[in-house]
Amino acid sequence: MIVAVCVNHVPDTETKIKIGPDTTTIDKSGVNYMLSPYDEFAVEEGLRIREKFKGTVTAISVGGDLHKETLRKALAMGVDRAVLLKDDAVRDSYGVAKALAEELKVLSADVILFGKQSIDYDNAQVGTLVAELLGLPSASVVVKLDIQDGKAVCEREIEGGHEVVDVKLPAVFTAQKGLNEPRYPSLKGIMAAKSKPIEERAATPAEIRVETMRIRKPQGKGAGRIVGTEKSAVPELLRLLHEEAKII
Amino acid sequence: MNFLVFAEQRDNKIKKSAFEAVSAAKGIAQGLGAQVVALIVGDGVDEVAKTLGNYGATKVVVINDPKLGQHSNTAYAKVIAEIARREGAQHVFLPATQMGKDIAPRVAAKLQAGLAADCSALTVEHGVVIASRPVYAGKAILDVKITTPTKVFTLRPNVFTAVAESGTAMIEKASVTLEAGDFGSVVHSIKVASGRPDLTEADIIVSGGRGLKAPENFRLIEDLADVLGGAVGASRAVVDAGWRPHDEQVGQTGKTVSPTMYIACGISGAVQHLAGMSSSKCIVAINKDKDAPIFQVADYGIVGDVIEILPELTAQLKTMLGK
Repeated sequence: MIVAVCVNHVPDTETKIKIGPDTTTIDKSGVNYMLSPYDEFAVEEGLRIREKFKGTVTAISVGGDLHKETLRKALAMGVDRAVLLKDDAVRDSYGVAKALAEELKVLSADVILFGKQSIDYDNAQVGTLVAELLGLPSASVVVKLDIQDGKAVCEREIEGGHEVVDVKLPAVFTAQKGLNEPRYPSLKGIMAAKSKPIEERAATPAEIRVETMRIRKPQGKGAGRIVGTEKSAVPELLRLLHEEAKII
Repeated sequence: MNFLVFAEQRDNKIKKSAFEAVSAAKGIAQGLGAQVVALIVGDGVDEVAKTLGNYGATKVVVINDPKLGQHSNTAYAKVIAEIARREGAQHVFLPATQMGKDIAPRVAAKLQAGLAADCSALTVEHGVVIASRPVYAGKAILDVKITTPTKVFTLRPNVFTAVAESGTAMIEKASVTLEAGDFGSVVHSIKVASGRPDLTEADIIVSGGRGLKAPENFRLIEDLADVLGGAVGASRAVVDAGWRPHDEQVGQTGKTVSPTMYIACGISGAVQHLAGMSSSKCIVAINKDKDAPIFQVADYGIVGDVIEILPELTAQLKTMLGK
């Protein structure tokens, strides 16, 4: 079984976002980056598929040199190969998908895994876009993936429940939290990852389809008021919700 | 010029987010001299199709096909792209629901279009639609412009208002030829979760964190949610501790929500949690630490022990609502 896992390098969840001087991206100073959390579920699932069916797992990322850090993390977790499709410029979702699709054509993987979304731009579209560019079936936001001869039965999260979906392989899946519990890289894995090569080639060029005009902070609501303390504040809270907020 | 809106239905009921999308499209269509065409796809959707006219659609294209009774992203995308071409629609809108998000990238690729995903506002500047979309789980907003001739947008549920107006839409039955190869993935069953509303669709969310002290105390959260007809949410801390299922998690690595009212109980308000809920219209916080960051975004706060306060709040609400 040939498995590909597409990963992204993103600011960690504790980051306080500041607007950068170019007004179209964030201020990167002092920001810690990490493997996007949903991509971590994808890496783990790839490794589990290899443990069950044998084969190889290749991690692929599109971006600048900093992305090597995330590819090292994937190597430390246990993937066999890491590929950086290099581009220092900011790409939109289509640009990322186009570069990945070109690489994946060559790899002809049976299973292609993504996180359900990258937690920076929250587009949740690259995985499904790659599937369409490659003419493959897909299932997004998957919380259960069971692979069996030539097909997968998976569960994807929908509003108020799960859809059970049959998908023919090869196919693309995007991982949701709950799919598995990602392993911590072992010390041995971390040491070994340092000496493993990261293959590097230029990302296929792509036109920009969605252009960022500006990035800005949301309008803050500002702190409201403390209605009171302990149980005795309940009647006043209910009065405010009824008369002022008019919700109840 | 036409705008096409994909009106999602499940079990032959049109989703509220679909009406919101029709109204949102209508809102900007006028300035661009466009008409709103709604598209409904399913098996037995003739009756419900008519209601789309009440939200601003001038025409509804109805595709009834037994093969389309259940969601298939490949087949639905083919149908939507084909109808967009037939209607000459250069702006295509879908709700940013789990179905819409599963289909929209395919529609965009088929139409060689850029996709602005999960938009929370649409405006028109110099004849071009500018979409605002929350990024970094809402810690920032990106204003984007799609540069391709055809443009696809998904619209975040619960943000746009469905505006009912008197109007009747022309109903047009249509069909799109589908082959076996168009069904790469097929839904064969649906498992229903709790029976409570889904977090992303709920008007009211009652959410709990570490302050509840033990998993069994989440009963207090559920009781209050049930009196209000709301959904139950949870902080990452309690999900990671195994107290609550991951699909209840609110925040950057969980759901981003914007209900009418969000009641945060025993949640201190980590950056990643605030990102997921601070666009709620009214926020109530109950926390024993008066300096907790959650009070910085709350409209109304009570400083105190949630375990003591919640039963009192639930009881008084029951009386108030006559339950």
